[in-house]
Amino acid sequence: MNSEAANQRTQAAPDPKPDKARRLSRRVIPGFGLSMGITITWLTLMVLIPLAAVFIRTSGMGWEEFWRAVTSRQVVASYKVTFGVSLLAAMTNAVFGFIVAWILTRYRFPMRKLVDALVDLPFALPTAVAGLALTALYAETGWLGQLFYPLGIETAYSRTGIFIALTFIGLPFVVRTVQPVLEDFDREVEEAAASLGAGRLRTFVSVVLPALVPALLTGFALAFARAVGEYGSVIFISGNMPMRTEITPLVIVKHLENYNYPHATAVACVMLVASFAMLLVVNLLQRWSESIGQARG
Amino acid sequence: MRASGSETQAPPAAGFHADHADLPSTEVWIDRLRHHHSGHADLPRRHGRRAVLALAGSAALALAACGGSDGDGRTLLNVSYDPTRELYAEFNAAFIEHWREQTGETISIEMSHGGSGRQARAVIDGIGADVVTLALAADVEAVQQAGLISSADWQQRLPANSAPYQSTLAFLVRKGNPKNIRDWGDLVREGVDVITPNPKTSGVARWNFLAGYGWALEEFGGDEQQATDFIRRLYQNVPVLDTAARGASTTFTERRIGDVLINWENELLLALKGGGDDYEIVVPSLSILAEPTVALVDANVDRRGTRDVAEAYLEFLYSDLGQDLAGKHFYRPSNPEFLAKYADQYPDLRLFTIDEVFGGWTRATERFFADGALFDQIYLE
Repeated sequence: MNSEAANQRTQAAPDPKPDKARRLSRRVIPGFGLSMGITITWLTLMVLIPLAAVFIRTSGMGWEEFWRAVTSRQVVASYKVTFGVSLLAAMTNAVFGFIVAWILTRYRFPMRKLVDALVDLPFALPTAVAGLALTALYAETGWLGQLFYPLGIETAYSRTGIFIALTFIGLPFVVRTVQPVLEDFDREVEEAAASLGAGRLRTFVSVVLPALVPALLTGFALAFARAVGEYGSVIFISGNMPMRTEITPLVIVKHLENYNYPHATAVACVMLVASFAMLLVVNLLQRWSESIGQARG
Repeated sequence: MRASGSETQAPPAAGFHADHADLPSTEVWIDRLRHHHSGHADLPRRHGRRAVLALAGSAALALAACGGSDGDGRTLLNVSYDPTRELYAEFNAAFIEHWREQTGETISIEMSHGGSGRQARAVIDGIGADVVTLALAADVEAVQQAGLISSADWQQRLPANSAPYQSTLAFLVRKGNPKNIRDWGDLVREGVDVITPNPKTSGVARWNFLAGYGWALEEFGGDEQQATDFIRRLYQNVPVLDTAARGASTTFTERRIGDVLINWENELLLALKGGGDDYEIVVPSLSILAEPTVALVDANVDRRGTRDVAEAYLEFLYSDLGQDLAGKHFYRPSNPEFLAKYADQYPDLRLFTIDEVFGGWTRATERFFADGALFDQIYLE
């Protein structure tokens, strides 16, 4: 009886500023409490506790030792390689991933389904297999390496090799985030823009692109985060030379191989914080671009 | 007009974040749901495909997990390093037979192979190994220090320093030895590319490093400065630092990078036996006696009730059959009788031990492989 009355009241006179609890109770599918509980438990078990363990492992060492562990020249050189090349690879993926998504949603061509399925391959392939295959292709004796080496481009055992591997594993993230947005995009809007006199470039830059920016940023952030953490495929193609082509995850592995858990987790901490900061910045950018899009209305 | 476009299109941004700022009414919700479904006609299918992949993956895992346990008795887990696959595949079958004859129990034996240091860490972190058979005593020592092996002098519990089989290092060069590589001294010549893995991550790479350093010490009359300089020049000739021995072999044979590969003698002999017409083995004048060590993991065998069978397993490595199998797989049997039997397959070279030249693993690790030690310094210049 009570709830019916409450229901009637909300329907009759919707409060201009309804309080939170009531708004939640109006969901079609009930069970906010239960699903929120599951969410928090799951995230705690699967994400928060393992990550907290990283920090706890480090807490045993003093601040000075921590600082020494994370700022030694070799480690700093590896940050530059890991974050620099990951950034480049993610940006490249943002451009080419967008084009792939565009082709897949805007055109119907033979084997489209096959191409669509191919995009997921880097997700499914074990990274070691990817690393081996890419190294075989891009080494000086490989099919593709033969073409590049005469031009002075070392496509394996170099930063270029790392870039190739990171681009490979990051591609699906951009395609799969941009694709659904493109699919939902009303063509009529483009037609309207055209009928109002906008050229093709103008339509793309002012109408299509702003709608895609949030999804592109998400894809970029995911590709970047994946690249920063990638180990399996990179170690095959990078050559792993300290100071030049050594990635930070390998530095962590090297510490572990020497049973140096504190130093390994210290470097892991830095990566964690840096990745989190990057994701936060991208998230803020995304919010900002959305609000710009809405403000224009 | 154009703004309305961006407004309606922005929200479904791939579903990676839910926007709590505007909770829609029921009608809008249902409408959105309907819209969502019509808009993503092939989304469910795509998810379906991933689900199938995931299922296939877990099914494969489940199958792999069941693979080892076909006996009706207890199960032993032997955690070993990379190149022992073939040896233990044959040895385990022989031991299962031996144990059945002795006791009537049909046990099964599971193997785990990988880089020696990583394997030791897996044992420390809780993989329930009954026995470890690793590439170097330092890795077993780490297991001991973690409290899993009860006695500090574990290496004296079994004959021959707990190394039932031994090995050493040799060079693999391309057919005809085009760079004319004869000994360690040739590895630092200009234009010679040397393939050896990273000693920070690979067991054999540590032996390689120590063997080269030991040779230089002898060559320069014990002058450590010159030996250090030699090892520095050697690593300046290394174009790729793989993380493990098998990776280095691939780099040398498949990628065709480098003029000389330093690797386990048993691996090289095995490679040549497998029809390696493109390569030759070169034996340096002096090398290190590598003692891959085995040990019982006391904490695990007591918990699992496998002490008797695990002890018998390790002792069987020293039996005639065990020694013969070691020789057959190109290891050097510790029993002189079987070493003599297989003598013609081992090149004749002088060997020194790590204890003689470097005072054992602990000191060698501190001096060369620890954080900021000699190996790190090579790359900081």
